[in-house]
Amino acid sequence: MLNLPIYLDNNATTPLDPRVLEAMMPYLTNNFGNAASRSHSFGWAAEEAVDYAREQIANLIGANPKEIIFTSGATESDNLALKGVFEMYAQKGKHIITLNTEHKAVLDACKHLEKLGAEVTYLSVGEDGLLNLADLEAAMRPDTILVSVMYGNNEIGVIQPIREISAIAHKYGALFMTDATQAVGKIPVDVNADGIDLMAFSAHKMYGPKGVGALYVRRKNPRVKVTAQMDGGGHERGMRSGTLNVPGIVGLGKACEICQQDMEADTKRIVAMRDRLETELLKIEEAYLNGSKEHRLPHVANISFKYVEGEGLMMGVKDLAVSSGSACTSASLEPSYVLKNLGLDDELAHSSLRFGLSRFTKDEEIDYAIEHVKEAVHKLREMSPLWEMFKEGIDLKTIEWSEH
Amino acid sequence: MAYSEKVIDHYSNPRNIGTLDKSSNAVGTGLVGAPECGDVMRLQIEVDDATGTIRDAKFKTFGCGSAIASSSLATEWLKGKTIDDAMNIDNMDIVEELALPPVKIHCSVLAEDAIKAAINDYRVKNGLPAIEKI
Ligand SMILES: Cc1ncc(COP(=O)(O)O)c(C=O)c1O
Repeated sequence: MLNLPIYLDNNATTPLDPRVLEAMMPYLTNNFGNAASRSHSFGWAAEEAVDYAREQIANLIGANPKEIIFTSGATESDNLALKGVFEMYAQKGKHIITLNTEHKAVLDACKHLEKLGAEVTYLSVGEDGLLNLADLEAAMRPDTILVSVMYGNNEIGVIQPIREISAIAHKYGALFMTDATQAVGKIPVDVNADGIDLMAFSAHKMYGPKGVGALYVRRKNPRVKVTAQMDGGGHERGMRSGTLNVPGIVGLGKACEICQQDMEADTKRIVAMRDRLETELLKIEEAYLNGSKEHRLPHVANISFKYVEGEGLMMGVKDLAVSSGSACTSASLEPSYVLKNLGLDDELAHSSLRFGLSRFTKDEEIDYAIEHVKEAVHKLREMSPLWEMFKEGIDLKTIEWSEH
Repeated sequence: MAYSEKVIDHYSNPRNIGTLDKSSNAVGTGLVGAPECGDVMRLQIEVDDATGTIRDAKFKTFGCGSAIASSSLATEWLKGKTIDDAMNIDNMDIVEELALPPVKIHCSVLAEDAIKAAINDYRVKNGLPAIEKI
């Protein structure tokens, strides 16, 4: 049976897996101890649970459990990595390289560092959303301390060539960090094979709870250090003070374990549904896929329906929870900077919808989405002056629009 | 952000979608907004020459639900008004009628602009001077 509304916004957040909730429950109830309490069994039980979660997480990403620093989520992890590296390695240099399609948590942390004297290069990506390696190599400087490139993009799902990028960073003596919030748990990520020195990720994008995440910080070859951005009791090897969120951490651990176990099977199903959705929607006239088709996370499709505005379209599919790059959905009234930075016309950015599937998405939900999106696009085009002009063969670029 | 019932009603059952013959002297066309900004409205009126009354009004809009509702409502209000009265439709009337939130006020402004542009197009076609925005 089909339950409405249908959730297809899993890049924003994922539902909590019931198995994760079950693992967390004891730590929300009887086992409420502080993991830093060394003098009684309440504390020991909490510490043991945290240690176990650290192993589950480390296993998923091929790390050593000691390399996991718990945080409140990917935003904090990104901030800790960027600001912490800048502060720690100030003697070595002040140049950081990143992309202009990164998440705001990275971009705004970089902006903050610029005020403190950092020099930041924001590289552009190609039309497909991919970084051109030659551009990166050309931007490397002797004083480059950090290259920060996201693993998979949250809006278009594009996966960057992480191994090649980390190799270039290392060749020039810089550290490599990646915001892997959308990738960890969805595709195989291995910090050693991928050459990752620091990596941010978050539980709520992988069927875990909100408000908990981690920063992977490499301990060997090289030993990486970050200056704490939160001072206090010296938790997490002094890099992040604050009483550990034990139930959250247990949830993150369990979420990682399930992702590792089920990744292959989940991905197979999700890709089949995503591809069906995408193939059907791209049959609509003047519909375009945004970002690379091949180098892409298995659960994302970002599609522009030309001559239809994204928010208007979302209103037409009110029982589908999706998101749009349309300005009308953002506080800034600017369309998605990620889509704009692919070189897309603003008009196409305004016309985009992002579909994000999950392990809980059902075939019938995809059927519903296909049918209703097609219907809404058709209906809105019937009332779109731009569609009428397009059909009359008028080039919209030749019209003098009144900007407002 | 939830939409008001009136916005939903106009969005779901838009009034007066369509196209009038823009080459006709009785028809005034206003095309405002820009695709890059995510809103384009085309509003057209057909005026009874003898009485100066708007006989028919049609719209097509590329935009969010509030933009569609604002233009749909505008066509409803225009029908039966004289072009002089129509010039007095204020965007805040639209805001009030549709209960638009502050972030959607620009949709009502665009609708007012479209009304004025359509009337002026009609006026100029018929040898009358365009009326500047007040
Ligand atoms: C790529 C990326 N980085 C960072 C974040 C922020 O994560 P959190 O909500 O855990 O702070 C998100 C989620 O919105 C994301 O998609």
